[in-house]
Amino acid sequence: MDYTMWIEWVIKGFIMIFAVLTGFAYLTLYERRALAKIQVRIGPNRAGWQGLLQPVADAVKLIFKEELTPSTADKLIFFIAPIVTVVPAMIIAAVIPLGTSFILPFTNRVITLYVADINVGVLYLTAIASIAVYGIVLAGWSSNNKYALLGGMRSTAQMISYEIALGLCIVIAIILGDSMRLIDIVNQQTGMWFAVIQPVGALIFMIATLAEVNRAPFDMPEAEQELTAGYHAEYSGMKFALFFMAEYEKMIVICMIAATLYFGGYREFWFLKDTIFSVDRYPLLGPVYLLLKVVVLLFFMIWIRATWPRIRYDRLMAFGWKVLLPLSLAVVFITAVGVVMADQFGPIYIWIIPVLSIGAGLFAALLVNNSLRRKVAHA
Amino acid sequence: MLKELGRGLWTTFKSMVFDPVVTVQYPEEKKRVTPRFRGRHVLKRYDNGLEKCIACSLCAAACPSDAIFVEASANTDEKRFSPGERYASTYEINMLRCIYCGFCEDACPTEAIVLGDNFELSFTDRRDAIYPKEMLLESVADAAQTTPQKTSAGEFTRSVPEMKDASD
Repeated sequence: MDYTMWIEWVIKGFIMIFAVLTGFAYLTLYERRALAKIQVRIGPNRAGWQGLLQPVADAVKLIFKEELTPSTADKLIFFIAPIVTVVPAMIIAAVIPLGTSFILPFTNRVITLYVADINVGVLYLTAIASIAVYGIVLAGWSSNNKYALLGGMRSTAQMISYEIALGLCIVIAIILGDSMRLIDIVNQQTGMWFAVIQPVGALIFMIATLAEVNRAPFDMPEAEQELTAGYHAEYSGMKFALFFMAEYEKMIVICMIAATLYFGGYREFWFLKDTIFSVDRYPLLGPVYLLLKVVVLLFFMIWIRATWPRIRYDRLMAFGWKVLLPLSLAVVFITAVGVVMADQFGPIYIWIIPVLSIGAGLFAALLVNNSLRRKVAHA
Repeated sequence: MLKELGRGLWTTFKSMVFDPVVTVQYPEEKKRVTPRFRGRHVLKRYDNGLEKCIACSLCAAACPSDAIFVEASANTDEKRFSPGERYASTYEINMLRCIYCGFCEDACPTEAIVLGDNFELSFTDRRDAIYPKEMLLESVADAAQTTPQKTSAGEFTRSVPEMKDASD
């Protein structure tokens, strides 16, 4: 292992962190503009061309804002909690492959387009994603404020509940990809995206990620109307900015994970496999494809936020435990059966997976529909 | 359930793609105000340039927030500001107190004070909130009509214009 290796890793790590931070800044602008467009407004368009400098203005404002620490707060934990929240959101991006590899011009050095290639990359994702819960619950507890505590508790309960469905959906990708290495999973999707083979799994994954990053309609921990902003009620200035940053970075990262596990990652569309749009032909197209997929997935998150109201907390829990968990278990079972049958009787049997899982998904929707129907009193 | 969720999504998508944006880009484009809009006050003049205001202070009396201050002085034929005996040598409106109710308009016997269409009244110093007479008075078309004017004796003895029967 020579020293150039270290230099390469450090540079790639910096680029990754920088990309996630810049992505966070522009995601706030993207969200504000998209929400504004949905609400037939224009949105921020004053700072710079089309408002492109708005994130800079926001950052400067937040840095210079006064920072308050409640006198009865647990000072040390109050200080650590935002850091514990924001760091996992950034380092989780390390294992996500952005592309294959390319040869650095003027040298014969091969640069791979990912920071780390861990053979249990999926395990790393789930492990790091769970750490962020600590930051939120510690923030809620150390603020010494009942609303913050309630927000932190809600958040923890919600994230732990939905992590199970999320984990089972990751299991589906592992079964289909036959590996826990994210690069193998992506390469398995050259022929067909897993979202096409297992649409219900992709859907459950997206729903669970909404709960995992506390986005509407599952933004119960930050319900302004009930909890005055929840776990970060007592935070201000840059500490608040860190929570904000963590939330949006998690959105980006989780969309990158969803794209990697279900939507072909850095690969092109499966029907462009052998054309000039292929990543194999131009390796630098990889990050571009991933960015496009992330932008589209983020738009869905924003769109859902603009449309659906927040669901009640008991229903959120009931939905997580009574609907998503059994459904994802069934879908994992169907996937495993389909993979085994394709193995035994020929690849055409892989299509048993979408048929059966869509059936299971519709059955679950029917049951939810029936349970939500207003009960008619018997005369 | 799925149908309702989908309909909600379609509604927001439709408004994003098809509905025209309603925002007015304010400093660049300004909306027209309505004819009865009550904006900043304007002190009107007669056609010959004399000020309509005769410093009767009825506007100050009518003002519910006591925003108007009027000080009267005597007109002479040498230096005539308005018809009749008196003119407003000081006329100040405190724009921080004014509530734009328009009672001054109603109280005025000569229709001298009118709430105009200007709504851009921002300032950075509290002292700038007091608008003196020079800022409120309507500008004149040519220099010969500026007040004070030199007029012949006995021409402008009435301070309030003579009432005529309504023609229609």
